[in-house]
Amino acid sequence: MTGHRRGQLKVFMGYAAGVGKTYKMLEEAQDLKASGVDIVIGYFEPHGRQETIAKTVGLEIVPRRKIQYRDSLFEEMDTDAILARRPKIAVVDEFPHTNVPGCERGKRWEDVEVLLAAGIDVLTTMNIQHLESLNDQVWQISGVRVRETVPDWVVEQAKEVVMVDLTPGALLNRLQRGVVYERAKAERALQNFFREQTLVALRELALRQAAHEVEHRMPEEQRSSVPKPRKHHRILVLVSADPKTAMVIRRAKRVSDFLGAECFAVTVQSNGDLSGLASADREAVERHLNFARNLHIETRILEGDDIASTLVDFGRRNQITQIFLTRPRRKAWPLAFSSDPVQKIIDFAKDMLVVIVSDREPAKR
Amino acid sequence: MAAETRRKTPEEYLRECQAEEAAATSKGHLKIFLGYASGVGKSFRMLDEARRRRERGEDVVVGAMQPHVPADVEPLVRKLEVIPLKAGNAIDVEALICRRPLVCIIDGLAYDNPPGLRNATRWQDVKDILEAGINVIASINVQYVAELRERVEAITEKRVSETVPLSFIQSADEIEIVDASPPKAPMERPTERMQEHAERLSKLRELALVVTADIVDYQLNDYLERHGIKQRFGASERILVCITPRANLREMLEFGQIIAQKFHGELVVAYVKQGGLSPEDQSALEARLAIANAAGVHVEILEGNDPAEALLEFARLRGVTQLFVGHSQRTALARLKGSPLDKLIWEGHGIDVCVFPQ
Repeated sequence: MTGHRRGQLKVFMGYAAGVGKTYKMLEEAQDLKASGVDIVIGYFEPHGRQETIAKTVGLEIVPRRKIQYRDSLFEEMDTDAILARRPKIAVVDEFPHTNVPGCERGKRWEDVEVLLAAGIDVLTTMNIQHLESLNDQVWQISGVRVRETVPDWVVEQAKEVVMVDLTPGALLNRLQRGVVYERAKAERALQNFFREQTLVALRELALRQAAHEVEHRMPEEQRSSVPKPRKHHRILVLVSADPKTAMVIRRAKRVSDFLGAECFAVTVQSNGDLSGLASADREAVERHLNFARNLHIETRILEGDDIASTLVDFGRRNQITQIFLTRPRRKAWPLAFSSDPVQKIIDFAKDMLVVIVSDREPAKR
Repeated sequence: MAAETRRKTPEEYLRECQAEEAAATSKGHLKIFLGYASGVGKSFRMLDEARRRRERGEDVVVGAMQPHVPADVEPLVRKLEVIPLKAGNAIDVEALICRRPLVCIIDGLAYDNPPGLRNATRWQDVKDILEAGINVIASINVQYVAELRERVEAITEKRVSETVPLSFIQSADEIEIVDASPPKAPMERPTERMQEHAERLSKLRELALVVTADIVDYQLNDYLERHGIKQRFGASERILVCITPRANLREMLEFGQIIAQKFHGELVVAYVKQGGLSPEDQSALEARLAIANAAGVHVEILEGNDPAEALLEFARLRGVTQLFVGHSQRTALARLKGSPLDKLIWEGHGIDVCVFPQ
């Protein structure tokens, strides 16, 4: 399809439910409609919030599709109906939403990809805690392991990201007045995400992310980097069956995105494939490699008997500047004598920066 | 369940919040809307809040509006009582204090008063109004923060003359950023001038977001301290560069600065005082301290028998998320008892350890 224009994505980013993302998005939709733009609501989640619902008045809503799953009927965005309707812009609430099994695509952001590919612009909403690379930090801050995540590259390709802000005081006030959730849910909410210090920390995270999103969209030479990075960074992640690998992949990806660096993930196996591993380990390594690929990280299986030397040799041949590793499991003996390759990698990689990524754990309550 | 470990109910939680608020209410409550340019909707957000408060029965008056009221704000203002400005755009502080509303709206904090009035600037007037127990909702653009003046002037290439000190903005009980996409260029093919204008706006926008994040960070630490909470959240990246005699300090500092800047975080430099250094190490250390000095960074000097422990303690206190250390020179034999690096890796919870080549 030559000359075909891809749709543009605009994300309204917040730090918690109830800060007014959907309201702000609908306000913009109303303005666009008033100026004559063909805009429809592709999906809207009312949550019983009256002021927000009032903002939909006069906007065309594409009916949701109903999907039977087990014994219940679920409603999801009807992507095909929106494609058939072909508006200039579609409003799609709750970007990180997971579709009920039985839909063509697992995630709403994947449905949005389809709309964008068809040339439809999309306005959408999400909270900072759903950004994949912040998953561990959000866990550290809130004690909640968020399962519905959006890969960073999906947000990165958005034309615009706008921060929707509200002070935690005002948000708690809204929660108290029952504007955000009904009573029972509000009580549950107050115990995790809605603790004041959690809200403040998430808000700070969102503000810094929004600042990054602004900088990321500036032309390279305009970015305020002093000193300019002299060397081009290339980051290498060691993938193993260790469950902490996912965390290291997220962290490495985040650093490489912020530095504008390339990122690779490799695993070292003595026969060059995963066949030598016990099935649980093989599944774990495969899962980690897949996870990396989903984040748009190039992966490789290296052949070698010695993890440290194989990894560092590969790094040297590929101008790697940083190696990211999981923290070794604590043993009674010093690292130098541990079977874990960390110390050996540090010793071999004398010309590279070695980063040992720490656990990010929530405080005990 | 023991009383002290029982989770608070939402009611208790809110009652506590309200009690805390009430304790501070002899003074008025200050809320600031921060924007990055005119036209992003600060006035609208502020007046919309005024409308909602009015509808909830609060006594709201307007103490100051911008000379040009945007079209969408106009109807909101019309529904509110306005205390007219005095000559020279000064707030009528006396009239406001005499009127004693619950809430007063001040659109634009950065104005200098004409000579002869009680205060030289509007933000000082606002301070007086707050002292009198009146709540204030005010707006300001990031350009007018005194401490950012140089950076703003470098971006806009315009002189900024009327400013508000950062400390006053930090003293606000609440600060909210009004973010929006930069106003769109009307044409398909923008001219070079419009392009430049758009870039300037983007930089101001980034600055406004970072300033707000820094203020939020400041207020978060304040909250944690007041409540005796030791936990650090890692919401802001803080890099701690450790100076050792053999460290490749130049590279560590340079990379630390880049990371701090890219993550809109903070760089901290420290070294642990050690006895028994060889003369070579001592002079190498001094050379490195001189490098840090020349780079204009402040070096924290730490003391402690166990260097790794001293570093970790300092790092935890400051909410460090990345620790930059040089490569250890120890031989395998010397590592027999475990190296300081082992300790940093195992005990630095939430702190990545970055080992630099030397």
